[in-house]
Amino acid sequence: MSESKIIQENLLNENRRAFLKKSALGIGGMALSSLLGGCSFFSKNENGLLTKTENPLGPRGILGSLHHPAKVKRVIYLFQSGGPSQLELFDYKPLLNERRGEDLPESVRNGQRLTGMTSGQDSFPLVGSLFPFKQHGKNGTWVSELLPYTAKMVDDLCIVKSMYTEAINHDPAVTFFQTGSQQPGRPSIGSWLSYGLGSENENLPAFTVLLSRGSGRPNGQPLYTRLWGNGFLHSQHQGVQFRAAKDPVLYLNDPDGISKKTKRDMLDMLAEMNEQQYNEFGDPEIQGRIAQYEMAYRMQTSVPEVIDTANEPDYIYKMYGADAKVPGTYAANCLLARRLAEQDVRFIQLYHMGWDQHDNLPGAIEKQAKDVDQASAALVADLKQRGLLEDTLVIWGGEFGRTNYSQGILTDTNYGRDHHPRCFTMWMAGGGIKPGFVYGETDEFGYNIVKDPVHVHDFQATMLHLMGIDHERLTYKYQGRRFRLTDVEGHLVKSILA
Amino acid sequence: MQSNFFTLPLILFCVLFSIGCKEKKEAVLLVDNVSGIKKIPDAVDFSLHIKPILSDRCFKCHGPDKNAIEGNLSLHTAEEAYKALGENSDRFAIVPGDVEKSQLVHRIFSEDSGLLMPPPESNLMLSEHEKVLLKRWIEQGAEYKEHWAFVKPEKPEIPETINDQWSANEIDAFVLRKLNENGLQPSKKASKEILLRRLYLDVTGLPPSIRQLDTFLNSKNNEQFSIFIDSVLNSIDYAEHMAADWMEVSRYADTHGYQDDFERTMWPWRDWVIKAFNENMPYDKFVTVQLAGDLLPDATKETVLATGFNRNHKITAEGGVIPEEYRIEYVEDRTNTFGTAFLGMTMECARCHDHKYDPISQKEHFELFSFFNNVNERGLMNNAEDIPEPYITITKEEAQGVLDFVNMNSVEKEQVTTLVMDEMNDVRPTYVLDRGVYDQPTDQVYPDTPERILPYPEAYPKNRLGLAKWLFHEDNPLTARIAVNRIWQKMFGRGLVESSYDFGNQGALPTHPELLDFLAIKFMEDGWDIQKMIKYIALSSTYQQSSRVSERLKELDPENMLLARAPRLRLSAGSIRDQALAISGLLNPEVGGPSVKPYQPEGIWEETTGGGGGSTATYVMSEGDDLYRKSLYTFWKRTVPPPSMLTFDASSRDLCSVKTEETNTPLQALVLLNDPQLIEAARAMAYQVKKEEKSVEKQIILLFRKATSRLPNEAELEKLKSFYDESLSKIDNGDVIPDSYLNIGQFTTEEIRNKNEWAGLTLVAQMILNLDETITRS
Repeated sequence: MSESKIIQENLLNENRRAFLKKSALGIGGMALSSLLGGCSFFSKNENGLLTKTENPLGPRGILGSLHHPAKVKRVIYLFQSGGPSQLELFDYKPLLNERRGEDLPESVRNGQRLTGMTSGQDSFPLVGSLFPFKQHGKNGTWVSELLPYTAKMVDDLCIVKSMYTEAINHDPAVTFFQTGSQQPGRPSIGSWLSYGLGSENENLPAFTVLLSRGSGRPNGQPLYTRLWGNGFLHSQHQGVQFRAAKDPVLYLNDPDGISKKTKRDMLDMLAEMNEQQYNEFGDPEIQGRIAQYEMAYRMQTSVPEVIDTANEPDYIYKMYGADAKVPGTYAANCLLARRLAEQDVRFIQLYHMGWDQHDNLPGAIEKQAKDVDQASAALVADLKQRGLLEDTLVIWGGEFGRTNYSQGILTDTNYGRDHHPRCFTMWMAGGGIKPGFVYGETDEFGYNIVKDPVHVHDFQATMLHLMGIDHERLTYKYQGRRFRLTDVEGHLVKSILA
Repeated sequence: MQSNFFTLPLILFCVLFSIGCKEKKEAVLLVDNVSGIKKIPDAVDFSLHIKPILSDRCFKCHGPDKNAIEGNLSLHTAEEAYKALGENSDRFAIVPGDVEKSQLVHRIFSEDSGLLMPPPESNLMLSEHEKVLLKRWIEQGAEYKEHWAFVKPEKPEIPETINDQWSANEIDAFVLRKLNENGLQPSKKASKEILLRRLYLDVTGLPPSIRQLDTFLNSKNNEQFSIFIDSVLNSIDYAEHMAADWMEVSRYADTHGYQDDFERTMWPWRDWVIKAFNENMPYDKFVTVQLAGDLLPDATKETVLATGFNRNHKITAEGGVIPEEYRIEYVEDRTNTFGTAFLGMTMECARCHDHKYDPISQKEHFELFSFFNNVNERGLMNNAEDIPEPYITITKEEAQGVLDFVNMNSVEKEQVTTLVMDEMNDVRPTYVLDRGVYDQPTDQVYPDTPERILPYPEAYPKNRLGLAKWLFHEDNPLTARIAVNRIWQKMFGRGLVESSYDFGNQGALPTHPELLDFLAIKFMEDGWDIQKMIKYIALSSTYQQSSRVSERLKELDPENMLLARAPRLRLSAGSIRDQALAISGLLNPEVGGPSVKPYQPEGIWEETTGGGGGSTATYVMSEGDDLYRKSLYTFWKRTVPPPSMLTFDASSRDLCSVKTEETNTPLQALVLLNDPQLIEAARAMAYQVKKEEKSVEKQIILLFRKATSRLPNEAELEKLKSFYDESLSKIDNGDVIPDSYLNIGQFTTEEIRNKNEWAGLTLVAQMILNLDETITRS
């Protein structure tokens, strides 16, 4: 924390303190608390509902003010878990088709570490995409036929073909993307944002998580709740999973056999008794507790409201595809992501599992691409038609790419691909990002980056930048060291900024 | 702001405070109470005022990391800071007593951003106040002192305080002196109910029973509290509660922790920990057997089992990883756990380079690493059935004999296998790893310890046993301090050193340094007797104060660093659940054995699992009595931990954790309101009190008392009664449906005649279980 920051905090705290004194006296029925997303100020309207108020003290997180004006208010991160093959989707490499079956030249591999899954292979036969590519959009961007809907949207997307990472296996690679460290223990991106910026919505968590299972390789690799964990930040910054289950948020539903009114009366009694306890002990945490119960109560209304898509018109379902009516699918989650974005949820994290296609890749990726293509494109289009795209960042991508050679036996119609950290493709769309833009290049083998490499930390730094945050200055001092999402690296990728 | 706040002489090592939002703020020295106006002390003290600034703002480029030093200047030792600089050796960063000649002063006050220190691009800045402090320190001679934590504690003089009717033991004398210096008085003694509840919750994690409360309240014996302390310390509940804490320190889990996260069997080790606390094993022995139980001259199967401590780290089974990369991670984990748990040193900060703040070089990091590097282990395990060696098997016969503390009652197999440490005969060479990367070895190193803490005695064997001896060497300045600080943290919510994980330059300063040293020495002199230390603290007047906080105290010392009152602390995740089980009569008191799977929302394992996972792919809920075991027995799947536990700030068990934060969130409210475990507990509680008392009023009083350990006052009782009456009318008009509401959870009872009354009482019980007071130790 810089000195100016400390001074700012000091001022902020004095205001908070003054505020607290007021609330302790019960003036104006106001409550002060640390709610999901950090410290917030609320005012209650006549109905007892807390209303969204412009906080006179700036953002509600730890940052007294943004480091620079933000381009976007929220992020929707469509994480494609397992490592989608860039070679079948975005990175068009005809040479691999021409030289199909030839061994990967050592000069190209150039000492790259292999996973234990292919390091024992006798040869590394090159293999091109079985799926043809066509040029789309005003710049003639190459996109594979697996992504027809995405292809139609290329003029809104910024495609980065030169992503690279340090990790070569799923657990460390996904953890690296989401926390900036390969080993578990650090806060996830959404937790950092919740900590830094707080919540824009008093009735929903700042950081929500939606999971779906792909049809490409349904029993592929797992996920871990630490990917949306708070690490060493406080637990209110944990991602809150929205689930296609009886309890859309864990423990959200009232127990069977009691009505809403019963619950309300119980909370009122609880508040009365707790207030008495506050009068006795003077501990401000008690008042915090009272406010938390109110927030929980509001979530019981706001969560079902936001996940109830029954009133979405038919044309919306047509846009997102038939799956959008099936809760828990990727398409349904994309639609839900839009609804959460409309409610100003700060960070909406989707995970779609099943991209880990070591063998039978052609069959698997066809299904997997179909899971996500239409809904991802629809999400961008839908945000755009609502005017939300201009202050939302949408991100699509996985934890690494896949090799240009076949894992396992290469046949006329079948092959597999192993993990490849040296290059892979992601796309972004929305506020502050150049639309209709392709950034970075790989060599003709699709193995090495030849132009404009973007490291995972660069990507993270750029995302924070768009949120108005200097990635070097959103830090948390833990065990004596100032930690940040980008560890000790990370450069803003200026060229992709609008 | 009222003017008297400006004039109060209170000077705190004040952590910037915020109420309600307990987000950690950085320590700022010498903030003068709430005015925010900082005073410049007449005599500037290096340890207190200067080093925290130098460490935090300067050491990054001018500190112990010799490869990061800019401009050939480092400021962490006097010699380096005073030396001549520049081509002609004619410039000096610091000239003691001479501000004009001290470049440091010019640079920190410079208005030229090219000269200003710290440079603007570092995002580090000095406040005007800090600049003046640094200047005055140089003016006064720029005296350096050794870091307090590296100086062996010396027995301090016990303060004499005038008219001291308050002090019960030496703790109070130290606390009172500090209070007096700041114009404060201690709070009066807490009520007997609160005191007993506090003791029980702190020491056992459970509230006192009604019978225990009555005994205490009715006793005229002045020694009664002391008798209760002995009794709680002798209870198995104490041992289990201490074990629960130790499981967080030891990152205990029932799965391996990466990717498919297969099940492992470490609970026999956990059973040993319970046994060790139950027999009040001295701390030095407790730690020594865990570090080196396999190397002891009189090693037994039990001492070998204890070494499971160093195998609690995660182990990967992800096909495709390079085994050596992960094996290095495991050794790192042991090294860092050793640093955090026993030394309060952030050893991990010296893996890739010399430590930026503390005198630990990268070489020393790997020297310590080498103690833990000599295990015949694999970096990669194969599948769910694979057991990563080294391990031991424990037979049912042994569990009835020499290892009779290992509970194998519910184990179907004849034997279980659990991970332990085992030293290889041929020593595996250890190298400094460039940037900490597994395949970048440079210089070979040999077992040794950081010199500035305590040089490693020649005579000690260069293995984990020698390391344990070094840890408990009488000249080791850290071990006892770290240990008593954690015991203090257990009893007061925060340690005398708040950063119980870091006693280094970036850690917090002790609020009561002499008291810390006094306790550390006492602990050693008393033979590292944990129970004796707990009893000693519990008998102090400091511990027994009320936790009421006046407006004035709230303003002056919101963080309660001066201890003018007792803290109010929210119960831990485990205690909240265990208390509900205990007071509802549901608690199954069985000790030890395989972990169990209580209620958990459906599908949360299944929705994240991949194809593998074996027994951890699907959550198969336990049945019957196993639903009501204490929380330390809840199965811990590391990649998907029990969500209600995480919501209440439990550590994820990925890494060693010696301190949990206390948060206050809406998700906690949802768990307390809607977790079937707690609704069932309310139902069982209501059932119990209906059996125990006849009148509704008495039933309600009993409910309240079980949960809060006190009687409701008149107003509270009226509220509770009217809430009960309203509940009955809600049943009449269909707002409560007893048949559904009373059907949550597996607990079954004989037929209750009046279901409506039971449901009404259950609602009261549920509300009471949600009271702030119920989940708080006051």
